Amino acid sequence: MSLCLQARQLACERDDRWLFQGLDLDIRSGEIVRIEGPNGSGKTSLLKILSGQLSDYQGELFWNGAAMKDVREHFLANLLYLGHAPGIKTGLSPLENLAWYQALSGTSSNDKDSEEQCLDALESVGLAGFEEVPAGQLSAGQQRRVALARLKLTPRALWVLDEPFTAIDRHGVAALEKQLVDHAKAGGCVLVTTHHALTASPLLRHIALG
Amino acid sequence: MWAFIHKLGSPKWFYGISAKLQPWFWVAAALLIVTGSLWGLAFAPADYQQGNSFRIIYVHVPAAFLAQSIFIAMAVSGLVFMVWKIKVADMAAAVMAPLGAAMTFVALFSGAVWGVPTWGTWWMWDARLTSMLILLFLYLGVIALRGAFTSRDSASRAASVLAMVGVINIPIIKYSVNWWYTLHQPASFTLTSRPAMPTEMWLPLVMMVLGFYSFFIALTLMRTRSEILRREANKRWVQDLVKDQVEEAR
Amino acid sequence: MHSSLHSSSQQGPSEQGSSHRSDISQQISAVPLREYKGGLLIAVKATLVRDLTLLLRRRGEVLNPLVFFALVITLFPIAISPDPELLAVIAPGLLWVAALLAALLSLDSLFRSDYDDGSLEQLLLAPQPLAALSLAKVAVHWLLTGLPLALMAPILGIMLALPAGSYGVLALSLALGTASLSLIGAIGAALTVGLARGGVLLSLLVLPLYIPVLIFGAGAVQAAILGDGVGAHLAILGALLAASLMLAPWAIAASLRISING
Repeated sequence: MSLCLQARQLACERDDRWLFQGLDLDIRSGEIVRIEGPNGSGKTSLLKILSGQLSDYQGELFWNGAAMKDVREHFLANLLYLGHAPGIKTGLSPLENLAWYQALSGTSSNDKDSEEQCLDALESVGLAGFEEVPAGQLSAGQQRRVALARLKLTPRALWVLDEPFTAIDRHGVAALEKQLVDHAKAGGCVLVTTHHALTASPLLRHIALG
Repeated sequence: MWAFIHKLGSPKWFYGISAKLQPWFWVAAALLIVTGSLWGLAFAPADYQQGNSFRIIYVHVPAAFLAQSIFIAMAVSGLVFMVWKIKVADMAAAVMAPLGAAMTFVALFSGAVWGVPTWGTWWMWDARLTSMLILLFLYLGVIALRGAFTSRDSASRAASVLAMVGVINIPIIKYSVNWWYTLHQPASFTLTSRPAMPTEMWLPLVMMVLGFYSFFIALTLMRTRSEILRREANKRWVQDLVKDQVEEAR
Repeated sequence: MHSSLHSSSQQGPSEQGSSHRSDISQQISAVPLREYKGGLLIAVKATLVRDLTLLLRRRGEVLNPLVFFALVITLFPIAISPDPELLAVIAPGLLWVAALLAALLSLDSLFRSDYDDGSLEQLLLAPQPLAALSLAKVAVHWLLTGLPLALMAPILGIMLALPAGSYGVLALSLALGTASLSLIGAIGAALTVGLARGGVLLSLLVLPLYIPVLIFGAGAVQAAILGDGVGAHLAILGALLAASLMLAPWAIAASLRISING
């Protein structure tokens, strides 16, 4: 079973300015695709289009060969998107935050097992001992790590990550980079924008915008 | 069907066809409004109850009709824009909103002026006037929402959604305001619900209503055309058009 | 369209990916593609719990509309007259208008913090229907705003010399009516959540749409005072609620998608 996300003649116009035009993309299992371009070149817009958030584009999207609008549910069930903002509620503890995300993926948060999974995921991002601390008391980098814990907690084939390295320390960057490569090696696929220099890898390829 | 809709949706095609249609509506509007108002103001008989002051009906009723119709037209354009992504529909909706608000204001103002001889006051919480006032607020909301967004695409879609929500609510609002009014003022005199008018009275009224509609269509076509030019200013066909006109002028 | 798709997929940068595709194919089972399993109830329940927890931790946000309600009611006798007979006449309308404004006041924060911290994006990307998830958020808003306002109104009714026999109807009409207000108001909140200063605009959009609810809500209390049947009023309030329940979630979902686009 392999996955593929394809775009044909993708074009996005924001207020009379073409961000990009005639873009053809094939993103398949086992790839890390890095979207590059200067600020304002439409990287975030492209990620939002490819993750099904923006409907304001021309061209067509295909998920495993079927038109996106017909298989949207299946696509969303296999997508993990992390945006600029980490999506972490400062009023809730990391554990409660993850429990909600777990429930959105269809797992009941009452299970003993699912709590175990949340704890594991938090431990994997180096937040053991912070499970019950309100997320508002964590640093920006730690909040980002809570969001990154979702990569382990809710396994999805397609990761769409918008600047995931923001506010993460050097050690964390190395771990995350390894996680991306492992995911691709395991047959998953990663779409990422970052200003951080990624270590060269045969799995990595670049798409330049602007 | 599909091809037709998309043809209609092309700003260039719309720009061409509207140029041909527009003069007809202007002529119809001018003829109907001039004849209707002369007939209504000078020749129609005076009302047995209200005397000459009833003649304000020839402005009030067409304006009130138009105020409601424009909102519906705006919501339909919004729906067309949202479903088929036809930009011309949104441009039309954008130019209709201020026009509808203006018509609502005319209806309100003429109602208030009419109130002076009829009720002896500028304002009564009459069911019709109250609904009209709420309609004005609905228009102002749509206009304000469109203006509040920095991205035009979002502004268009937000205004479309609000117009559709509004159009579902208009009958509910009208019904509840009528109900509220009858509850509080059971037997009072409303402006336009009256025994049958003689033909000489309502025929000019029909002409005025039709004239107002023609005026609205002509004005919407005209303003949509300038909106098209404004939004498509960097498109090839608009630049060619401008070049041609500049050369013609030489 | 489809036939050209496969041929073109062989060109360009994807070729370098194909060289290793064979050796990873055995491992692909490590990240299986999931089928959408539903789990709507779980997601809705988790969203309810999450929003309730959040609001109960920030009690101020729950209490503010109630204090506002009491304050506004205090202003009227001061501005108009402390005469109980006069107050009794205008009490139903005053209580309803003040409760409506208090409910409106709290609307702006309905989606605001979710928008700011990025969890709204995540809500939009959940495989469950957005309309259902946003309905859960609106339900929490009503539980912690509309319902407390309805329960508090009779106490303020005493202070306005509201005639006996209408207290139950007041609370009931407010409980029913504020549910519609939360639903309709959420459309406005969703439309303005992306705007930096959406607060005043929100009131401008939403207040005209509140008028039918206000008419039948205040009408119910007045009918109770006059000793008329209140069944019709409450039935219409119920019908308005049913209509809002059916239509508003779709409008809220559409509006949220617009707002997230910026």
